[in-house]
Amino acid sequence: MLAFIIRRLAQSVVVMLFVALIAFVVFRYVGDPIASMVGVDTRLEDQEIMRERLGLNDSVIVQFLRFIGNAMQGEFGISYRLQQPVTELILSRLPATIELALVSATIALVFGVIFGVYTALRPKAWSSAGIMALSLVGVSLPTFLIGIGLIYIFAVELGWLPSFGRGDVVDLGWWRTGFLTESGLKSLILPAITLSLFQLTLIMRLVRAEMLEVLRTEYIRFAKARGLSQRAINFGHALKNTMVPVITITGLQLGSVIAFAIVTETVFQWPGVGSLFIVSVQVVDVPVMAAYLMFIALVFVLINLVVDILYYVVDPRLRVDGGAGK
Amino acid sequence: MTEPLLSVRNLTVEFPTRRGVLTAVQDISFDIMPGEVLGVVGESGAGKSMTGSAIMGLIDRPGRIAQGEVILQGRRIDNLPDAEMRKIRGRKIGMIFQDPLTSLNPLYRISEQLIETIRTHLPLSEAQARKKAIGLLDDVGIPDASRRIDDYPHQFSGGMRQRVVIALALCAGPDLVIADEPTTALDVSVQAQIIDVMKRLCAENGASIMLVTHDMGVIAETADRVAVMYAGRIAEIGPVRDVIKDAQHPYSSGLMGAIPRLGANLDRLTQIPGSMPRLSAIPRGCAFNPRCPHVMDKCHIDQPQAVQTAPGRRVACWLYPPQDGTGANTERQSAQ
Ligand SMILES: Nc1ncnc2c1ncn2[C@@H]1O[C@H](COP(=O)(O)OP(=O)(O)OP(=O)(O)O)[C@@H](O)[C@H]1O
Ligand code: SF4
Ligand SMILES: [Mg+2]
Repeated sequence: MLAFIIRRLAQSVVVMLFVALIAFVVFRYVGDPIASMVGVDTRLEDQEIMRERLGLNDSVIVQFLRFIGNAMQGEFGISYRLQQPVTELILSRLPATIELALVSATIALVFGVIFGVYTALRPKAWSSAGIMALSLVGVSLPTFLIGIGLIYIFAVELGWLPSFGRGDVVDLGWWRTGFLTESGLKSLILPAITLSLFQLTLIMRLVRAEMLEVLRTEYIRFAKARGLSQRAINFGHALKNTMVPVITITGLQLGSVIAFAIVTETVFQWPGVGSLFIVSVQVVDVPVMAAYLMFIALVFVLINLVVDILYYVVDPRLRVDGGAGK
Repeated sequence: MTEPLLSVRNLTVEFPTRRGVLTAVQDISFDIMPGEVLGVVGESGAGKSMTGSAIMGLIDRPGRIAQGEVILQGRRIDNLPDAEMRKIRGRKIGMIFQDPLTSLNPLYRISEQLIETIRTHLPLSEAQARKKAIGLLDDVGIPDASRRIDDYPHQFSGGMRQRVVIALALCAGPDLVIADEPTTALDVSVQAQIIDVMKRLCAENGASIMLVTHDMGVIAETADRVAVMYAGRIAEIGPVRDVIKDAQHPYSSGLMGAIPRLGANLDRLTQIPGSMPRLSAIPRGCAFNPRCPHVMDKCHIDQPQAVQTAPGRRVACWLYPPQDGTGANTERQSAQ
């Protein structure tokens, strides 16, 4: 187990280094950092002095190592646009994104599994056909259309829910949460649904396909031949086996929920990292872009790691290498 | 005369498909007496597994029992609701599948699978069930059973896994065990052991066995009676020694040629040229007529009915025409 984790950790470090290289290239070579930092009226000599002071004249290797060193200390420079440390900016926007992503992922997982299992157990029922048809809509409609549609129905026409923003938040010192106020929770509903819909349909179709597959296996036949109850077979034997691959995919989906949040955050003007990124792209705020890239990569790598460990815990075949074997 | 444990009467299993109805099992009848071992042989696709599934009430949709009855201990079971049937599966009829690598749930410990099955059928506590499970594993020859019981299936070798499967099939004390090619997927070196374990335990419990196999050697050694199936029908059924010594149906005499080589595989059998027809292309008359060395005109026109040729022996072949001249099924008068 330990060797496995160490191996995966090492792989993660390699991935992060590679992403850091890309982020560094973006940071260093998209536009001229000095030109972006100073006004048009700064004299060329002064620019040269700044260039020297920031180490932009050092060799690329040295600069890259310095970039990594800084990144490891959470140091990504100053946002051109807001003149604030990038890390601080991202950290202040992070709670909004994480709360949105967690709620969406939970919705997607819970309903995805429920609908997936339901449609797998009743493949012939009308209700299953209906759910499957709806799920096609979920997969094919772009997120922003769904978001706008929901806003139109529930915010504009019905006036039940707010159409933008995060509502009132409570500052816990290190975390600003929207979970504790009514307006915060209400504001969360539409964006969370919007963001979850795509993943929900994906998980549902995955669970359904996987479950149908499992229900055809010999061990399910054998379980039936032993007279086990329908419930024990469907929700014990079949569901557990279904969940093994589903865990992996779902875990990875959580990463993409955070990444996909960009669109949803923009539609709902959600003050998260995603909308920060979009604004930064518009004004070529390169340090923020580079940091965001690193951040998303880190999220994916961490989730991957957790998923692998979970997988390991669920599937005994991976856990024990010994035994009589095949 | 004792009552048969299991009676299958004129059983027909059909699969409605787009291109018409396929008859996987057609009008077969046989009995299994308490404690008896009935061997079932026949080429791939002959309907052996389907017969077992029909008895268990486990035919996959859209297949269905179109006709006939399955009677267990005097009670008709083919039309029972699923909840009732579940009390028979595992408890009255145990089933052993072909491939031990795939018939155990990989994510559950052996102990969990055994205890769950035992407690489904018997009023035992968790601890009692566990004790019984360990005893069973001991019986099927798993060394160090009390420790190994908490292992996962993948930690056992193929032969050991099939022993676990046997323990699972027998754990609620069924009166009949349907073993569908229990050794086909195993190493030749362990096949005999597995058959021995199964046979010994069933004998100890007084359970009957319906043993489906491709291996005529196993039938010769293990079975009391043998049914030879061809294209969904029983070509010949009778006491194993009689059928081997003096096969009456041309198909079975072809099969029996393979016995001297112990462990011979019917799939590699070359005594009978040609192969069994697909279900969608079964010829008119006797299904065996394209391959039969004794084929007559009649064989192309009418399907031969099973005829009793000796006590407990029936053959469906025009070489043995019905004595009463009506061609009626004589098997009805002669259970066993
Ligand atoms: N779902 C299905 N739909 C249509 N036909 C089927 C289906 N399942 C089985 N059959 C047919 O039923 C017939 C009997 O199959 P069965 O599995 O009983 O053969 P078998 O004698 O057990 O052969 P084997 O030795 O290969 O196990 C075969 O011809 C098969 O093609
Ligand atoms: S009925 Fe005719 S074709 Fe069929 S086995 Fe007998 S002799 Fe051969
Ligand atoms: Mg079979």
